[in-house]
Amino acid sequence: MKSTDISDPQYFHKVVDCQYACPAHTPVPEYIRMIAAGRYGDAYMVNWKSNVFPGILGRTCDRPCEPACRRVRVEEEPVAICRLKRVAADFKEDITERMPKPAQRRNGKRIALVGAGPSALTVARDLAPLGYSVTVFDGDAKAGGMIRTQIPKFRLPDSVIDEETNYVLNLGVDFRGGQRIESMKALLAQDWDAIFVGTGAPRGRDLDLPGRKEAAANIHIGIDWLSSVSFGHISKIGKRVIVLGGGNTAMDCCRSSRRLGGDEVQVVVRSGFDEMKASPWEKEDAQHEGIPIHNFLVPKEFTHENGKLTGVLFEKVKPELDAKGRRKLVNAGEPDQHFPCDDVLVAVGQENAFPWIERDAGIDFDEWNMPKVDKVTFQSSNPRVFFGGDAAFGPKNIIWAVAHGHEAAVSIDKMLNGEDLTDRPQPAVEVMSQKMGIHEWSYDNQIDLDKRYKVPHRDLTIALRDIKSEVELGFDVGLALKEAGRCLNCDVQTVFSAPLCIECDACVDICPMDCITFTPNGEEAELRTRLTAPAMNFDQALYVQEGLKTGRAMIKDEDVCLHCGLCAERCPTGAWDMQKYMLEMTHAGSSCRPPQRSAA
Amino acid sequence: MTYLAKPKFHHPNLPKNDLGYTHRDYEGTVSTLCAGCGHDSITAAIIQACFELSIEPHRVAKISGIGCSSKTPTYFLGNSHGFNSVHGRMPSVLTGANLANRDLIYLGVSGDGDSASIGFGQFAHALRRGVNMAYIVENNGVYGLTKGQFSATADRGSKSKRGITNTDNSIDLVAIALQLGASFVARSFSGDKHQLVPIIKAAISHKGAAFIDVISPCVAFNNHAGSTKSFDFVREHNEAVNRLDVISSRMPIEVKYDPGTVELVEQHDGTTIALRKLDADYDVHDRTAALGFLQSHAAKGQIVTGLLYMDKDADDLHGHLGTVEMPLNALNEKELCPGQAMLDKFNASMR
Repeated sequence: MKSTDISDPQYFHKVVDCQYACPAHTPVPEYIRMIAAGRYGDAYMVNWKSNVFPGILGRTCDRPCEPACRRVRVEEEPVAICRLKRVAADFKEDITERMPKPAQRRNGKRIALVGAGPSALTVARDLAPLGYSVTVFDGDAKAGGMIRTQIPKFRLPDSVIDEETNYVLNLGVDFRGGQRIESMKALLAQDWDAIFVGTGAPRGRDLDLPGRKEAAANIHIGIDWLSSVSFGHISKIGKRVIVLGGGNTAMDCCRSSRRLGGDEVQVVVRSGFDEMKASPWEKEDAQHEGIPIHNFLVPKEFTHENGKLTGVLFEKVKPELDAKGRRKLVNAGEPDQHFPCDDVLVAVGQENAFPWIERDAGIDFDEWNMPKVDKVTFQSSNPRVFFGGDAAFGPKNIIWAVAHGHEAAVSIDKMLNGEDLTDRPQPAVEVMSQKMGIHEWSYDNQIDLDKRYKVPHRDLTIALRDIKSEVELGFDVGLALKEAGRCLNCDVQTVFSAPLCIECDACVDICPMDCITFTPNGEEAELRTRLTAPAMNFDQALYVQEGLKTGRAMIKDEDVCLHCGLCAERCPTGAWDMQKYMLEMTHAGSSCRPPQRSAA
Repeated sequence: MTYLAKPKFHHPNLPKNDLGYTHRDYEGTVSTLCAGCGHDSITAAIIQACFELSIEPHRVAKISGIGCSSKTPTYFLGNSHGFNSVHGRMPSVLTGANLANRDLIYLGVSGDGDSASIGFGQFAHALRRGVNMAYIVENNGVYGLTKGQFSATADRGSKSKRGITNTDNSIDLVAIALQLGASFVARSFSGDKHQLVPIIKAAISHKGAAFIDVISPCVAFNNHAGSTKSFDFVREHNEAVNRLDVISSRMPIEVKYDPGTVELVEQHDGTTIALRKLDADYDVHDRTAALGFLQSHAAKGQIVTGLLYMDKDADDLHGHLGTVEMPLNALNEKELCPGQAMLDKFNASMR
């Protein structure tokens, strides 16, 4: 293998697994260290810069970072990254002064954002301080989009949404609440310099089964029902409720029902429990509230009597592999099951809908009725119109919407400066030694066995009484400190310098994870088998450095490194050093544009 | 030195030995020696050797004297018996322990100061008597704890860190061990675990006095140009006569080398040593030839390493004395006071 080129920003980026997995590439270990140090405001600002909604995401994020967390490879559970983010939001001091100021001078460019959800607000956050005149339109009176309408208040209180949407709107953004855009053509006619569409995936999928029309009064579409609950239009549901669907919306529906009079709420899913789309923790929370989840049941019919829903009839199925090895659900040969109920909530998926974009408005749509959007620039076939969030590529989640927003803002900024949109800015990267003294590092490198701490919950009887009372109480300062201590500081990299090495083996002997080997170089596949501990996780790189006196190469398996720095502590010549790798995504603004040639 | 405890986490795919232990189970506390010390590599090699031999830690007694080397038993086999004795007196303490309980595995850990200076006499007599032990000298040629004076094993003509040339003749512990009748003599280098680990394994499984001189560079005071015990010098002048593999009695013997280059030597405890010859003419069973070979290479400035001599039919002190099989410390009144009739018989034999 060739010596690893650590000047390539992508190399160490992949070692920081959490940050790499995050669509917005939030520097996770950096803010966790700040939380451990009690610097909650700083931790909040690191988050805010990267993901715009730390308080919201700290309660609701889909957490792609957590399955990626290196701690999972040495202990069962990842660091509670998401809930630590909430700690930063909960305990921060007043940070209003640290927010960017509205632009002193406008640059004369006008940008319309359709929808006030996470993607559009991210675009507004990135562009408004640069001097763009940003106008946000939303059909609802308050900003937030699906964050406000579809996430139940017991998971995300309004106060948090208000605070974080206001940080954006206070940047000199013109927010037109209650002004739904009904026509793209009309909007285009208003001559905006750029238009961003962040209207989400607002249509809940229906189930066209026998009895659907007859029993319509007691059959509700999940996301519509949730938003009615959110706005207080609905405050009651029948005693017996069936929720159809296995995603996070279904979990929100069943838990909301429990709080609105549903004593016997049950979730029924088509496929297996393990294949459900809902996050494991959301399933757990639902079960904790006494909601059974039945699986391998396909709904066949809504039963009704005298125009009133009486229940749902299901066919029992089992999974089977077909000739091509694909998994299919086939009849299990058992009698159909009837679940009597008073109300049904249908949460079997969401779809995009663009009834307000005329198909002759100059924006191309594909065969699935989705706008044709560039995956990198988020530009549609009309160069002035951009899409992001669920509106661009179908339903995902908040953190993806934020990532889309940042990229779309870069595109808009570049386009309005007459630049090539496909020439994307590089991230800002900094690598710095963390050595403070002979055995002192600027981070806590003492790694202990320590299981994940549970977030305290409100007592169930109290929580179920009030739909607005937040269930999770969040970590307190003490728990947050303990949980933050579980972070392995994967951004503090082991950097090796072959010319300094005297091959004394001290690092090999001390490494608790047997990551380091000095051996003759070879081909990667073969090399991986003859390391001190075989490196069988092929997703993780081998760090290779040649140029040692004996002609051998230093091979370090990045897979299970604890970043404890003992290799550097035991190195007599400083050939190993612990260096913090900071990667920050480049957002819209001068740094996303190539440097201007000076006049001289 | 490191102030942190080594994290308890270990690699998820770490191999386990016959007892179900990983090599991590053979560690002691974290080393307080200087970073990069050769002694730490020897510690790691002892850990690896005991792990590979599937030794139960409670069956080992590790005994040392004074000095950097003699601190190291704290850093390996944390669940074994240990005795950190007086300077240079490890051999007599070990001999006493061995006489009292012949069932344990004895690791004598010493340094060049401990064995070649203050304890030179002790060293000689333990080997001479054939005490069943693995006697390991961690030899760095320098008094590290007192900041770098030449030790008795420093080569004549080598330079100290401050540039002073050594005018005294050096003691070659390997040559002395051969003369004194040690039945297993080897030399190795802390920077070459592939050679060192099998030698330690072979020494542990050897019945009789096994002596290993391990050259172990002192990174603080003896790793400079002009030193003959530095990493660079030893690597450049290392003349290995053989490499070995130690095959336990449970494993099938599979040797993949050309015939004629490998010699299989069976040990008392059933293990087999597969000796891969690097120098075709070298015979590990010839004590006098070994001495000549050593001295002619030393004259050329070469450091001969590998298994240099072994007597596969050697016996130990207990064999020489004809003691009973049961450890002396386990004998109780019944065995020790066999009664008046036996005493009369014994007295009669003395008349």
